[in-house]
Amino acid sequence: MPKRARKIRVSCEVNGDAASFEAYPMTRLLDVLREELKLTGTKEGCGEGECGACSIEMDGALVNSCLVPALQAQGVKIRTIEGLAIHGSLHAVQQAFITHGGAQCGICTPGMILAAVNLLARHSQPDDTQIREGLSGNLCRCTGYMKIFESVVAAVRRAETRA
Amino acid sequence: MRAYLPAYEMETPRDLAAALARMASEPGVWKPFAGGTDLMVLLEAGKLPHKKFLNVWNLAELRGVEVSSEHVTLGALTTYAEVQRHEILAREFPLLCRAAAETGSVATQNRGTLGGNIANASPAADSPPALIVYDAEIEIVSAGGSRWVRYASFHTEYKKMNLHAGELIRRIRLTRTQAGWRQYFRKVGTRRAQAISKICFAGAARVEAGRIADVRIALGSVAPTVLHAVRVEELLRGQRPGSTVLQAAQDALNAEIAPIDDMRSTARYRRHVARNLLAEFLEVLAG
Repeated sequence: MPKRARKIRVSCEVNGDAASFEAYPMTRLLDVLREELKLTGTKEGCGEGECGACSIEMDGALVNSCLVPALQAQGVKIRTIEGLAIHGSLHAVQQAFITHGGAQCGICTPGMILAAVNLLARHSQPDDTQIREGLSGNLCRCTGYMKIFESVVAAVRRAETRA
Repeated sequence: MRAYLPAYEMETPRDLAAALARMASEPGVWKPFAGGTDLMVLLEAGKLPHKKFLNVWNLAELRGVEVSSEHVTLGALTTYAEVQRHEILAREFPLLCRAAAETGSVATQNRGTLGGNIANASPAADSPPALIVYDAEIEIVSAGGSRWVRYASFHTEYKKMNLHAGELIRRIRLTRTQAGWRQYFRKVGTRRAQAISKICFAGAARVEAGRIADVRIALGSVAPTVLHAVRVEELLRGQRPGSTVLQAAQDALNAEIAPIDDMRSTARYRRHVARNLLAEFLEVLAG
């Protein structure tokens, strides 16, 4: 029998709360989130970093959680779709996706919203090109993208009117 | 088929010296693991041959961009996102920034590293053509010491490189001599984001009194390694970048490249586009 890796204990912060789990070092963070921490909002699409369905924020950076090994989650701050609403009040981008029909089957939606929220953290007033680039790593096979794009534009406008 | 996860080990060394000592202890067994944008894809496909990895992602010795009057030196773990954000790189090494911006997507750019792009040794990688045009040097370290090599001679054949067991790419050094050079980059892929290139062209030249005084050209996805088009460069030096030299330069390029048919494109298309990109580059030089 070949030598087998042992499971390791990893401690990190998920959506503002301390989290700890056991996993093999190269278990995908995506699987840890869904199966160990029961945060099933993060979806698996392609499993090879092409589609963005598993997008999360790690220390403020957008990443594909299917490409992050569990070991590299040690000590990091993670934000998933479950961490966006505050006290039951939806994030402006989430609300815009509902109002403007940005979600259809829903598989790409958590990743799309995380990508949009991350874009707004980097560019509070993105122009159309920046929005398209910000969403370019996320694939949708239902809507044809325009309603998703319009949802993000609407969220930006809402932020502008409040500012 | 997905990988059998208990077969894979990963450790986090406390610093670079510890990482190199571990690699020296069992030569060829322990491989560095950075942002995972290539290795995790292989893992998921059940095609990751190595079983033991060192998580180098947080090693300070491999991070950061240092600027001196002569050089810009990038830690091997510099991400595509960091390349794009760096003001001096944006001003003096735009080809590298363009390559970084056209690699993958935001999420890939946050995790993918220059060192990883080099060590993965894909002939379709996007940053190597820019690194060859800038005649980058790379520092390779091991428990036994350090050596600098010219990046243009680093890749020897398909997926083969001048990197021995126990060695790791530490940093990439660019010489700040690009002032006055006209620069051109174009990646041709199925779509702007995410697509791996069908063909990628990076070129830079110094034009004096209407003639090409010096020129550097490199292409991705046209040969077993990223190609430094030395014969085209030789032909262009001293010439006027006009229609007279174009045909001969295109023929030289056609002779120098060796593209293949694969899932992303065909050899015929790649040869055709290579000629067109060279023509566009010469137009930029003439303009």
